[in-house]
This record gives sequence, structure tokens and C-alpha cells, in this order.
Amino acid sequence: MLYEILFYGRGGQGAVTASHILVQAAIYENKYGQGFPFFGAERRGAPVTAYARVSDKPILRRGVFSRADFIVVFDHRLIQLGFLKKIQVKSNGALVLNASSNVDIKRDLVNAEGRVHVYVVDATRIAKDLGLTVAGWPLVNTAMLGALVKALPVVSLESTEKAILEYFGPRAGKVNSEAAIRAYKELEYVGEV
Amino acid sequence: MPRVIALTGNHAVAYAVKLAKPDVIAAYPITPQSPIVEKLSEMIESGELKSSMIRVESEHSALAACFGAAVAGARVFTATSSQGLLYMHEVVHWASRARIPMVMALVSRTINTPWNIWPDHSDFVDQRDAGWIMAYAMDNQEAFDLTLQAFKISEDPSVYLPVMIGIEGFILSHTAMPVEILDEKQVEEWLGERKQPYIVDGSEPLGLGGLTPPEDTEDMFYGIQVAMEKSKDTIRRVDREYGKLFGREYGGLVSCYNCSDAKYFAVAMGSWSGDLIEATSKLRDEGYSLGVVRVRFYRPFPHEDLWGTLRGAKGVFVFDRAISFGAWGPIYTDLVAGLLQYTSKLPPVVNVVAGIAGVHVGAEDFYEVLKSLIGQVESGLEHGYFKWVRVRR
Repeated sequence: MLYEILFYGRGGQGAVTASHILVQAAIYENKYGQGFPFFGAERRGAPVTAYARVSDKPILRRGVFSRADFIVVFDHRLIQLGFLKKIQVKSNGALVLNASSNVDIKRDLVNAEGRVHVYVVDATRIAKDLGLTVAGWPLVNTAMLGALVKALPVVSLESTEKAILEYFGPRAGKVNSEAAIRAYKELEYVGEV
Repeated sequence: MPRVIALTGNHAVAYAVKLAKPDVIAAYPITPQSPIVEKLSEMIESGELKSSMIRVESEHSALAACFGAAVAGARVFTATSSQGLLYMHEVVHWASRARIPMVMALVSRTINTPWNIWPDHSDFVDQRDAGWIMAYAMDNQEAFDLTLQAFKISEDPSVYLPVMIGIEGFILSHTAMPVEILDEKQVEEWLGERKQPYIVDGSEPLGLGGLTPPEDTEDMFYGIQVAMEKSKDTIRRVDREYGKLFGREYGGLVSCYNCSDAKYFAVAMGSWSGDLIEATSKLRDEGYSLGVVRVRFYRPFPHEDLWGTLRGAKGVFVFDRAISFGAWGPIYTDLVAGLLQYTSKLPPVVNVVAGIAGVHVGAEDFYEVLKSLIGQVESGLEHGYFKWVRVRR
């Protein structure tokens, strides 16, 4: 198996960190991973992309991809801006959105090969509840990771928590893994588009 | 204890350098290299690494500081990219021609202008004639392993030359992958104390770089050529030793994949070799007899290894991620010259230049190109040619 996962966020929301943590979680399960930013200059607040691959075999292919199994969107307003159209979602792939459950996703905003499943979680609320903010910005990356591994069990929640602790250290790690657990529990399946 | 963690290529290099315990590090920041020395600075600040970090105003000074410290007996390290490397180019020659062991990581980035931060191999191959041993990694684990091995090779008394380790910017430098970090004590025992041919520390009179007559100078440079030749055995021995101790052996100067029974061969260097191997595996499944030879060491050029593998080939396809404007890809030129040391009858040796300026070339692209090339040879192509493939999506 090889899963290609794309994280869409804004500079400062931690999309690249999420991709790195996912690789660490894969390592705990003797899997292989790659996590990387879009290759370019990024700015805080601007739309950013991070990429991840997870496989049970060593991954030989490198660099960016233009088709993904899952797209994780940290800020659902990016969808209205048309960003989702840049990457094709593979047939039976999914969108995991940071949004409230009544979000309405129009199919013409998605570049879909076939059926696309939609999941939502209110990661902004979870981050705010847990005080995960920097300069007023909610840090939703670890919550969105928890949501992702519920929708796509590419790694377990336990490995994700462990990787979060490894990345952030005990103090920040604890609250971030709590965010992942909450999002894992609260993730909702909305349906297909 | 060794442990596997997710590390970017830059941090993999930094962790290897930490284990080599350099006395002095000097560098100037440049994208995409900066995270190497930023990580090393953090290690120094936290006390994990006892090195002196010399802050300088340019890359020229960074390598000059390293050179001076190394002449005085210090194990040194620096890292740079693209314009930074070009700016330090004068001192690049100083280090090798003075036979001073040292290690540099080069995080490849296209040479300006225009401004471009994405990787090709133009900065690396630009140092071809400088007298450094030059190696290029395929993934972050190899970046880690090669960096450590670079110190061992550089300080081997039969070599005493500086070593440059290349990785592509972003594709490796900013991509997290699993990397096994080795045990500090084990590495220390294996690597040993700093060794170099002479030390200028004032304890005895020694002139360095004085006016030297042509014949004596030529003799010194002949010594570099001899050391380059000898370094091939050292590189192979270090690779085997490392494999025994730490479990990863790469095949010396080149790595081969599916080569033993192959009729056709693709040759490449760097991270896109991964995509190339994936493409050839798919072609193998479809019945094509195809192997991959990955150039790990560019200087000394591994013509013996290439001949050993490529003799009897029906066709050889050389992928270069750099161009010598007005000629061909640099690996192609050396490979053809190298094979002609052994035979006057070459099969079609085709040169594909691609991925210039950081253009993404993936497994799907290699698949298409290779299928077409094999088809051409099967339909009677008798000689090689050059093609610049500009992938557009």
C-alpha cells in the first residue's frame, strides 16, 4: 500500500509539522513515510501545501504529486478560493475538513476522479478549547492529524499520539495529543460529493 | 543505541556531523542549506555538541575559516548551496591542493540567474575539477551515512583530500524520512582521532602556499591524482566496514539494482534515482531487461565499476540533472570516456538531460522515456545521441 496525503492550510497553521509527525508515527509501526512542504518560499497566512506519503514498503518516488488519496484542509475557506481544484482526489479518496458539520461542499470545487468522501471536524474549536493558539492563531495541525487517522487508519491513534509527544516534548506534546484524541472522537462523516 | 527517527535531509546531515564531533564549524546561511547549520547551532547551544561555531560574513570566509582551522589540526565542517558554493570556489581549490581533509555538505540548488531555489546538479558538477572527492546521496539515510563516511575517507592517510557530499535541496533537504541515528560511542571508536598530513601550529617552521616552481607544483598535483585513484579502494573499504558495523553497505562507488541479468541500463545520480528504480521495476514486470546503476561517487569517477557492470550492455541511458552548455550532461561525458578505456566498441549510449532548474521528473516520466529508448535500440539504433527532455505538466 502507498497512500499520498495532502495537507492544505495557511502558513503558520502547522501543515508541514503535521506531515513530519505522520512520518514519525509510520516509523513506530515499521512503515515508511515522507513528509515535506511545497518546494518554495512560504509566508505566514498565505495558503500552503504539505505532502505526505505512507507505505508498508520503502518509498522510492520523491517530490510533489498532483493526485492524492486524502486531502486534509485546515481552513475550509481555502475551498471557496478554488485551491482544492489543483490536486485531483483519487477515486474513493476523501476530504477531511476543518469545519462545522453543516458545511456544504459543492462538487465543482473538487477535482474528483470518482467518488469522494467528506469528513468534518471542528478543529478550530478544539484548538481554542485547549489553548492551542499562537498570536491569536489556532494551531489545528495535531487535531487534524487525529481526524485524518480516524478517517484513514494509515497509522493508529496511539502511534500518532506517541509521535506528537516525540515532536513537541512532554508539555506541549500532552495538549497536542489531547487535540488529536478529541478530533479523532469528534470526526463526522458527512457523505459523498 | 541506534534509533530510527523522522528527519529531513538537512537534519540527517546535522546529526551525522554531530557524531563526527568537528572542532570547528563555519558557515553562512543560504536556502536550502540553512537548517543544517541552524540545527548544529542548536546542538552547540544546548551543550550536546562541543564545537566552535565561527560566524562569518560570507561563504568565502566560511570555507577560509574552516581551512585555517583544519590546517591547524581541527576537524571541520561547512555546508552551502549554489551561489554560496560559487562564492567560496577559490577556497575550494585551496583545501584540496593543500591536501587538507575536511567535509562539506552541498544542498544543491540551481545556479542563478534567474533566481531559483529548486534543485538540479549544476552547483555540484561545477566543482568537478577542484580535487575534492565528491559523492551524492539518494535518500536521507544515505545522506547521514555518507556524511559520516566522508570524515573517515577524507582523513585516511592514503587519501588526505576534502570530501563534498551532495543532496538535492527540498527533495531531500526539506523532506522528512526515516533515518537511523547511530550510537555515539560506536561511531567514535570507528572514526577515531583527527588525522591529516601536516599541522601548522607554530611548533615547527612550515611554509604553506609559497611560490613553488612549475615542476614541484606539478609533482604535488600529480599526488592528488594518485590519491584520487587510491581513494577508490578506501571508499570501498569504508563502505564495507560501515556495512559490517552498522548494517548498511551501498556497493562502493556505485549502487546497482537488477543489474546481474540486465541487457539495458539506466545510469543516474541523486534522489531521482529512486523514481528511476521504481520505473524500471515496472518495466521489468512488463518483460523489459533493465537495470539501474546509480553513481554515488562522481570524483573519483568510477569507470572500473561502470565497465564491470555495463560491459555487454545492448544500450546505456545516462540521465543527467546538469548540462555543460554547448556539450552534454557531465556524467555522460565521463561515462563514455571511461568506457572507452576498455573497449573501442560501445553500444548506443544515449544521454538524457532533464530536471534542470528543479523541474520535477518522476517515475512516470522515466517510464515513458525508457520505454521509448529501448524501443529505439530494438529497432536498430546504432549510436548514442543527446536529448534534453523538458517535462511539462
